[in-house]
Amino acid sequence: MRVALFPSCLAEGFYPRAVEDAHWLLVAAGAEVTVPEGATCCGQPAYSTGHHADARAMLERTLDALVGADYVVLPSGSCAAMLRCFAPALAADTAVAVAAQMVGERSYELAQFLDEIAGWRPAAHGLAGRLIAVHHGCHALRELHAAESAERLLRAAGAELLPWIAQRECCGFGGAFAVKLPEVSAAMADRKLDTLPEAEWLVSADPGCLMQLSGRAGARGIDLPVRHLAGVLREAARAD
Amino acid sequence: MPTETPIDYRAHARGLLRDTPGVRDAVTRATSHLDGNRELAYAEIDERALRDWAAGLRRHALANLDRYLLQAEERLTANGVEVHWADDASEALAVLATLVQRYAVRRVVKGKSMLTEEIGANAALEGMGVEVFETDLGEYIIQLAHEHPSHIIAPAIHRSVEDIAAQFESQLGTPSDADPEALAAAARARLREAFLSAEMGITGANFVAADSGTVALVENEGNIRLSTSAPRVHVAFVGIEKVVPRLADLGGLLPLISRAATGQRLGNYVSLISGPRRADEADGPEAVHVVFVDNGRSALLGDPEQGEALACIRCGACLNTCPVFRQTGGHPYQWAYSGPIGAVLAPALLGLERAWMLPQASTLCGACEDVCPVRIPLPRMLVTWRQRAAAAGLGFAGEALAVKSWRWVASHPGLFHRSVRAMSGPLGHAFGGVPVLREWTRFRVLPQADDAGEDTP
Ligand code: SF4
Repeated sequence: MRVALFPSCLAEGFYPRAVEDAHWLLVAAGAEVTVPEGATCCGQPAYSTGHHADARAMLERTLDALVGADYVVLPSGSCAAMLRCFAPALAADTAVAVAAQMVGERSYELAQFLDEIAGWRPAAHGLAGRLIAVHHGCHALRELHAAESAERLLRAAGAELLPWIAQRECCGFGGAFAVKLPEVSAAMADRKLDTLPEAEWLVSADPGCLMQLSGRAGARGIDLPVRHLAGVLREAARAD
Repeated sequence: MPTETPIDYRAHARGLLRDTPGVRDAVTRATSHLDGNRELAYAEIDERALRDWAAGLRRHALANLDRYLLQAEERLTANGVEVHWADDASEALAVLATLVQRYAVRRVVKGKSMLTEEIGANAALEGMGVEVFETDLGEYIIQLAHEHPSHIIAPAIHRSVEDIAAQFESQLGTPSDADPEALAAAARARLREAFLSAEMGITGANFVAADSGTVALVENEGNIRLSTSAPRVHVAFVGIEKVVPRLADLGGLLPLISRAATGQRLGNYVSLISGPRRADEADGPEAVHVVFVDNGRSALLGDPEQGEALACIRCGACLNTCPVFRQTGGHPYQWAYSGPIGAVLAPALLGLERAWMLPQASTLCGACEDVCPVRIPLPRMLVTWRQRAAAAGLGFAGEALAVKSWRWVASHPGLFHRSVRAMSGPLGHAFGGVPVLREWTRFRVLPQADDAGEDTP
C-alpha cells in the first residue's frame, strides 16, 4: 500500500508536527509512505476565489506528483475535498482529466483513511477520560462525510466527545474569506468560541480551522488548547 | 431599497457588527431556532424522497415554463382573473398604477411579498398618494420603523422583543414591557381598521397551479387571508418561476415549504384563490388580478450554470442555516433576497457589476445546500459567480495578484516548501509587508509552528 502523504501548505507551515504524526500513523497502519516534493498546492485558494485557470495550473503540477500512489492522504479535510470533490470537475476537458479522476478517487482525509481504508484502531484506553471538543472542517463534514471516522477513532481510544451546540457550524475560516471579510469571519469564530464546552483540547483535522479558532482565541485572550487530530491519534496509539 | 452603486456587503457588515451587535445576537438566536425546527421536521418524514420529488418537480416546471405559464394564464382567465405580464419592475409598477386608478384606490393592505419588495411597490404606491399597510406582523414592525425586511420569511428577525416593545411603546402606546402576544394584539387592533377600509389587497404567491389556475399562499397569521378577501380588489404579484403544473403538486410542496421554513407540518393558513367572488357568494373580492413579473428571470433561466436558482421556493432555510447570515442578518445584502440564495440571485437579477461581492460572502461551508428542500447546489453556483467576477476583473483589490504570486511560488517546489515553512517562523510573524498576513492578524494571532523550539518526537 503506497501512500503519498500530501501535507497541505497550512499544515506544513503551521502544524509540521501534525505532518510528522500523520506520517507515523500511516506507517503504523501498514503503509509505505512518501512525501512527494512536487506536490505543492492543490489549487483550492485559486479555485474558491474563482481564478480557475490558475487553479488548474497548480492542480496539474500536484497531480503529476501524486498520480503514481495507491492512495493520497492529507492531514486537511479541506484539501482532501479539493482533490476528491472539486478537482475532477475543474480538470474535466483538460489533459489531466484522467489523472484528476484517478487521484480524486484515491484521496482521503487522514482519519477517514485510517478508519475506512486501513482499518487502523488506536489503543483502547489511549485517550481514556480525555474531554475533547471536536470541530469538523466543513469540507470534511459535508463533502467527504469524514466526521464519523474522526469521532469513531477518538471514541475507540476512550475519549469523551463533548456536546457542543455550534459544533457543526463553520468556524469562519473559508480560506481567503478570512482575509476578505475579516470582521464577519471573526464573528463566526466567536460564535464557536462562545459556545465551546470546557474541554481539555479542541481537536480538528483541518489546519485552517485550527488557525482560525486558536488565532481568534489568542486575539481575545482566551487560553485555548487546540490540537490537530493527527497528534491526538498518535497519542492514542502509543498509550498501551 | 434599490441602489445603483455596487453593493458593499463588507462595509455594511462591518458597520453592523461594530455599531449594532444586538442584531447579531437576535439573528443568531432566531435562525438557530428555526434551523433546529427544520431539522426536527425533516426527521419526521422521508425527507430524502420528498426533497428529491420536489427538486425534480421544480426542474420540470422550469424546463417547461412557457407552456405552464400559458396554461396558467388561460385557466386563470377562465376563472375570471385578469392576468398581466411585466418584463421588469417599471412595467409591473405601471400595471399597479393602472389598477390603482381604475379602482380609485386610496388605501392598500399587503400580505408579505418579497416580489413587491424587489420591485419597490411600497414607494411607488406612496408616490401615487396611496396609503400602504403591511399586515404581516414582522413586516408591519419594520414598516413602522422605516426599515426593509432582513429575511425572506421573517422580516424582523434582526430585532429583539425588547427592541420592538420599545418601538411600539412610542408608536402604538403599548406598555414598555409588553410581551410578544400583547405587541401582536396592538398591531392587530391598528390593522383591523385598515383591512375594513382598504380598496385593494396586495400579495405575492407561493405558487400558481397551471392546471386549475390557482394562486396558493401559505402563512401563519391570517393576514394574507384577510388581504385577499376583505378589500374589493386583490392583486397578486408573481415571479414567473412560481408556476407549478398541477394543483395536486401543492399537496407535497406546501408542507415541504413549511417544514423547511419554520419546522411546521403546514403553515396555519393556506389560501387557494381561483378567482373573484361569484354571483352566489357573499364574500371575496370583486376582482382578482395576477401580475406575472419577469424582471430578469427569463435571462437567468437560460443560464446553464445558474438557472437552477429559479427552482427556489423561498423557504429561507438556507438563510437560517448560513453561518454568515447569522452574523449580520439580511440588511448588509442590500436587497430583497439575502443569504445564500440572495447571493446567487443578485448577480443574475441586478448585474454582476453591482452584486459581485455577495457571492464572496460565503465560506462555501455547504450548510445551505444541505438543507435546501429543492436541492439547489448553492456553493457551486457561488463559485461560478466568483469565476465570472474574476474573469470580468471584478473582485477585492489585490486578489488576482495574490493568486498569481501564489501560483508562481507553487510552480517552484523547493521555494514553495521553504516559503510555507517560513510562514509560522519569525519572518512570518514579522509579516513584513505581506498584506494577507496583515489582514489576518487584525483579528487573530498568527500561531507559531506546532514544533517551534522543540525536537520532533
Ligand atoms: S435556495 Fe433552497 S433553502 Fe434557500 S430559500 Fe430557496 S428553496 Fe429555500
